[in-house]
Amino acid sequence: MDAHIKSQPDSNAWGIGASPPRREDHRYLHGKGRFVADIKLHGMLEIAFLRSPLAHARITAINKPDSSIETVFVAADLVGINGIRADSALPGFRSSTQPILATAKVRHVGEPIAACLAPSRALAEDLAEQIHVSFEDLAAVHDLHKARDPAAPLVHEDWDENVFLESAVDLDFDAAIKGAASIVTRRYQTARQCMAPIEGRGLVAVWDRTLEVLTLHSATQMPHIVRTGLAGCLGLDHGQIRVIAPDVGGGFGYKGILLAEEVCAGFLAMRLDRPIRWIEDRREHLIGGANCREHFYEVTGYAGADGELLGVDCSAIVDAGAYSSYPFSACLESAQVASILPGPYKMRGYRCKTWSVATNKPPILPFRGVARTGVCFAIESMMDALARDLGITPEAIRLRNLVLAEEMPFTNITNKYFDSGDYPEALRRAVKAIGIDAIRQEQQDQRHTNPTGRTRIGVGLSIFCEQGAHGTSVYHGWGIPMVPGFEQATARLTPDGGLELRVGVHSHGQGLETTLAQIAYDRLGIAPNKVKLVHGDTAYTPYSTGTWGSRCAVMAGGAVAAACDALAERIRTIGGHLLQANDSDVTLRGGFARIGAAMVSVEEVARTWYLKPQLLPDTVDPRGLEATEGYKTTQDTGTFSYACHAVKVRVDLDLGHIELLDYVIVEDAGTMINPTIVDGQVLGGAVQGIGTALFEEMPFDNSGQPLASTLADYHLPVASDIPPIRILHMETPSPLSRFGQKGIGESGAIGPPAAIANAVNNALSGIAAEITHVPLTPERVLAAIAKAEAQTQTNIQTLGTGS
Amino acid sequence: MKPVAFSYSRPATVDDARACLGRDNAIPVAGNQSLGPMLNLRLARPTELVDLATLGTLRRTEEAEGFVRFGAGVTHAEIEDGDVPDPTGHWLQQVAENIAHRAVRNRGTLGGSLCHADPAADWVTVMTALDAAGIVEGPSGQRRIAIEEFITGPYATTLAEAEVLVAVQVAKPGPDARWGYWKFTRQVGEFAKASAAVFVDPANGTRRCVVGALGRQPVVLPNPDAVLAGSLTPDDALAQALPGRPRSSLGLHGVALTRALAQIASGANNRGDEVAG
Repeated sequence: MDAHIKSQPDSNAWGIGASPPRREDHRYLHGKGRFVADIKLHGMLEIAFLRSPLAHARITAINKPDSSIETVFVAADLVGINGIRADSALPGFRSSTQPILATAKVRHVGEPIAACLAPSRALAEDLAEQIHVSFEDLAAVHDLHKARDPAAPLVHEDWDENVFLESAVDLDFDAAIKGAASIVTRRYQTARQCMAPIEGRGLVAVWDRTLEVLTLHSATQMPHIVRTGLAGCLGLDHGQIRVIAPDVGGGFGYKGILLAEEVCAGFLAMRLDRPIRWIEDRREHLIGGANCREHFYEVTGYAGADGELLGVDCSAIVDAGAYSSYPFSACLESAQVASILPGPYKMRGYRCKTWSVATNKPPILPFRGVARTGVCFAIESMMDALARDLGITPEAIRLRNLVLAEEMPFTNITNKYFDSGDYPEALRRAVKAIGIDAIRQEQQDQRHTNPTGRTRIGVGLSIFCEQGAHGTSVYHGWGIPMVPGFEQATARLTPDGGLELRVGVHSHGQGLETTLAQIAYDRLGIAPNKVKLVHGDTAYTPYSTGTWGSRCAVMAGGAVAAACDALAERIRTIGGHLLQANDSDVTLRGGFARIGAAMVSVEEVARTWYLKPQLLPDTVDPRGLEATEGYKTTQDTGTFSYACHAVKVRVDLDLGHIELLDYVIVEDAGTMINPTIVDGQVLGGAVQGIGTALFEEMPFDNSGQPLASTLADYHLPVASDIPPIRILHMETPSPLSRFGQKGIGESGAIGPPAAIANAVNNALSGIAAEITHVPLTPERVLAAIAKAEAQTQTNIQTLGTGS
Repeated sequence: MKPVAFSYSRPATVDDARACLGRDNAIPVAGNQSLGPMLNLRLARPTELVDLATLGTLRRTEEAEGFVRFGAGVTHAEIEDGDVPDPTGHWLQQVAENIAHRAVRNRGTLGGSLCHADPAADWVTVMTALDAAGIVEGPSGQRRIAIEEFITGPYATTLAEAEVLVAVQVAKPGPDARWGYWKFTRQVGEFAKASAAVFVDPANGTRRCVVGALGRQPVVLPNPDAVLAGSLTPDDALAQALPGRPRSSLGLHGVALTRALAQIASGANNRGDEVAG
């Protein structure tokens, strides 16, 4: 990897801005992580779920094998539990209930019908094969366009149409577009994808009949939310549920969802008083689990002759699948589409209609970037189409319309508050770093020297901003069931001067054990190797919505700083007693409470408080060396990180194959707590975005059957597909967050489809071919080329006949 | 994704293996790279797995003056690493090192690949192009059959129930032989979307143009001279050889053949150079 431009190196190796190696990597890289599948308990039973082979059907009968009363469970056996509901408060939302096990009908392939228990998974699968289900097959809603057809079958028969939610926004649109010099309309489509963390979902549910507590060990990124959802479904008090998330091997949003499998296993653990384990396998993960991303856009851009964006008009459809999943609901994506489509640009008017439609597919779940990846693909492809129409460069049209540094903070047309940054500068740096002039020269040379050559190079850009760590007002406005509030952390000194931090967010690969220790070091001077991060356990940590929405560095980082500051205050007070000084004169620096030349170590303070209280006066503050403090950003509109992606590609016109030759990302994460971890987040996200752009697709046939049920058919990006990715940093602090840091976790996954599609369309512009549907498979590229060639042929013939 | 219960046997001789395979619903396994997923998906539901991977006969490779006879149990990795002689100089090594991923090559076998007869597999196309022969052992002893005839369709061979493919014999090309092999995979490790192999050996007048990954056994073009001479385009040759298929479905295969022919024309895989080198 090429070197990034580093921020001013921190003078110490541990504080904010330093890049100490990740503390958690020792156990991960040595195979010593403890994931949910590593948990084995005495008497544990494994579940295999019998899943629907059909997308839409009535269940007319279920015949269980003989003597399976205690081993095979269907919906009728789950007495007293509730299905999963995630209703939006937005007007017109149609509510769905996701059954824990299918009842009267099945609504997507992979929906669980029966839970089969045995001492091993193989035996449980044997049991599942002995169940006979009779179905009455129904026509399936397999396509997001057909879902709204009045003749379409209804996924939920008590609805009047297959639409969870419809929304419309019109902001000065008609007035804005008057006199447009360029009007382009395009239809863009992103495929249905599956998130693919290395570790799938999994759980071990244990009922403690003495304490009457259900402990759910679950591969989740949001343990507190799972607890709340589970309590509702099982009819238990929160106090009767403990959720423990051990090491989690990637999440990307999938592990934020309350699963029917979790509710079912919780019920069975209580019913049977046996530990129950379910480890999702890749097939059930692909066919019934981690679906995401499927959007359609019809976008019209209106621009003045100088490239000024006058207005954007959009109709967008999100294929939300069969159910509204908990807690993000079936309308988060469409709500985001409408509010973030304007991207980083100024425009005079805007109109957007969205439909979140129900289909006979698994529920759509938020995947890293959520709606932004599709939105960025649509708006950034449209910007290039406008530029081509106007005969100006992609960078020129963007520079004409980007919000300027001097306009920050800026409230955009949909009322998004861009906190800080220099968007045009990010674009200029990316354009320079990819060497756009040299690439254009190369293209020109190619046209001269080899005009009929069957490979073409192209260059493409995308620029976007990412709202992260946004809070109560934003989510309340979107009307989804989970509204984040403020974030808390506990900081506690141990008697030997070590520090325990307790947070309600959970690391599923982000390196929080390192970054939060760096923040503690900044506040208290306690070396990271003496800091223990306690997270992933509802019994030990403050309530939190968890790890999602690029929020941990800002929210948990802010909370840890607040708790450490409160602790510092108490350390200085006790230090003052020991130094026989007035505590207002005592400073805390480098792990010592100091006054003048006199100092006492934090260890000594801790030892005294816990073990030698006789040394302290009666007037001592009895709250001691443990503090829970809360944090919120100065306003909850979110931090806006932003990035510009630039990519050079080569397209093989005979094969439709795309090769990535060079890739540059200019990224502004605000103040970086750990630049290496920021790079890791950006890189990992970018690889997933390349997957969206080139490879990942879960096709369905007309009967709603998923056609990529193994990783041989569902193509993930692999190491050899990834060019060297050069990351260049800018570092504009956010005025809203504690240290100026901005949420960055999702950013990398947003830009690639747009940048790569733009590069491919640039490469194909010489033959007037254009592609508008990701992933950019060879079949789609060849089809676009064939269409353009047929058009050219028609044009030639038309000219030839003189008509 | 757990297999059905099955028993496992590891015979010591080919005769023992054939005896095992005569039992009801017993199936052979060698590298388990294709069978394994089918077992886990319960698409293959054997009562017994008969492991051929460690059979001494199948692990033996002999080199003679005019040919190399590979034991059917030789792994892709052994060919890649040069642990067994390569009758072609290093053409087979080059093919082997581009099969799937190293983890697959460590276990997967030459014979297993040919018996599985996945239409998109490398050896299926390559061994057809090289006019290799399979040595099959059955109740009445050994028979020898051209790979071109051995593979009869997608995942189908002439192998009878009580037979085992024990070896694959590849002739050593003459000093002026030329070779081209090109396959289209979007990603490293994938099965080919299209592949083609071209083999020209003036020493015995061999000229073979073979196209693979067609969802059937490889097509051996009936008129290689015209294709090699350029008087018949790859697209036309394919359309003639497969009249039932729309031309549009053969585009990538035409490209594959064009690129394999280009290797021949460029002399990139000239046998003489390699011998000299």
